[in-house]
Amino acid sequence: MIMDTQTTTGIDVGKLIGSVERFRNEGYRLVQIGCTKVGEQYEVNYSFDKDYHFENIRITIAGDTEVPSISGMYWSAFAYENEMHDLFGIQVRGMNIDFKGTFIRTAVRYPFSQPPVTVTKGDKP
Amino acid sequence: MSKQIIVPFGPQHPVLPEPIHLDLVLEDERVIDVIPSIGYIHRGFEKLVEKREFTDYVYIAERTCGICSFVHGATYCQGIEQIMKIDVPERAEYLRVIWSEYSRLHSHLLWLGLFADSFGFENLFMNAWKIREDILDVMEQTTGGRVIQGSCKVGGVRRDISNEKLDAMAKDLDRIDRDMKELTTVFLQDSSIQHRLRNVGVISRDDAYHLGAVGPTARGSGVAIDTRKLGYGAYDRLNVPVVTDSCGDCYSRCAVRARELFTSTDLIRQAVKKIPDGPIDVKVTGVPDGEYFMRAEQPRGELVHYLKGNGTKFLVRSRIRTPTLTNIPPLIKMLQGCELADVPVIVLSIDPCISCTER
Repeated sequence: MIMDTQTTTGIDVGKLIGSVERFRNEGYRLVQIGCTKVGEQYEVNYSFDKDYHFENIRITIAGDTEVPSISGMYWSAFAYENEMHDLFGIQVRGMNIDFKGTFIRTAVRYPFSQPPVTVTKGDKP
Repeated sequence: MSKQIIVPFGPQHPVLPEPIHLDLVLEDERVIDVIPSIGYIHRGFEKLVEKREFTDYVYIAERTCGICSFVHGATYCQGIEQIMKIDVPERAEYLRVIWSEYSRLHSHLLWLGLFADSFGFENLFMNAWKIREDILDVMEQTTGGRVIQGSCKVGGVRRDISNEKLDAMAKDLDRIDRDMKELTTVFLQDSSIQHRLRNVGVISRDDAYHLGAVGPTARGSGVAIDTRKLGYGAYDRLNVPVVTDSCGDCYSRCAVRARELFTSTDLIRQAVKKIPDGPIDVKVTGVPDGEYFMRAEQPRGELVHYLKGNGTKFLVRSRIRTPTLTNIPPLIKMLQGCELADVPVIVLSIDPCISCTER
């Protein structure tokens, strides 16, 4: 099995713009921005690729931390940033297109910030 | 300056199989700007990962899409296998490639039919879907399902295909190739189709790359990205040509998909020739503890399954980044400056799959 090598570098939220700028200047494309709730904190992964070389930077933030938008450097980031806001409730500052919470319509507000589902014995799957 | 008006396009529209809404800002008949809106069918599949065991979640992953369901299932399984360092038997890897390429054939033929329908060529639509039926028949014969195959699992595949059947499938591809040749000749050489698609919805190579286009949308603008080149599954043992075109218009995106039909049949033939005998799965013990970004080439482009486990049988996170989501920003660029009458054809040219996008 041959797979691509993947590196993940943790950074402070204050260094996000500078780090993303480096990828932009080196000709990387934005692959995705994704969020994961870990305990009471959120991991936000920014993934980039150039010539099949995959790199990932990660910020770990509290739920009320405001994250700067990278849509000034990667215009397409608005799709991921709006998704991050609508599903996790992460506030993103300075998006080029801000849907104000209407990009993804959900029955429950910020559904992915809710406590994880727990399965107890006897529950139907 | 003409007066600007906003025309809503979708979520229900004759050319849209699934709901996406676009607010088109017009000056006379020309589109000046576009604001996309999705979220009509968000299902929250990713949340289900918290209450389905990682071995069961493959069934959920497959249901992300009704067209490339096998690719979603295989990508999820490969991601888990990476985290758990499971070596899948070689025969299973080849079978995954074969089913993935049949999925690509099915998806591209479906799209060619819908695309022909979008520019009013109903007869071509029927011919494309007639060939697609032959592909679906093979999927049903070999997996038991036309839409949801359920043949992939963590550690390998659930079903084998006999060598006699594989040979028969490869032989039948000659006939399918002839039918597809006849079909794609019309798509690529008919003067009325060329007139309808040339110089419509143009996006440059630089814009396609920097706006994150993937799959035939990127390759139609000359960006030679094909995730199969990573060599996952058995692709590292096969010759995978990357089909590109340079004009970046609707015709180029159509041409890429039309030519990729033949690379898929060729890949299936290569796989049938090289597939070894042996087991099709391994026993899976333990639970995933770690994370991986699994990337695979879905018919619409690069698919990413981010999986994170914490040492229990339930994953912490499954994040699915589908190609349509990343092709929406390039679509906005294509639509800016086009005529209102061209909007349906341009939207169809990225092969939007909204059920994938919203999960």
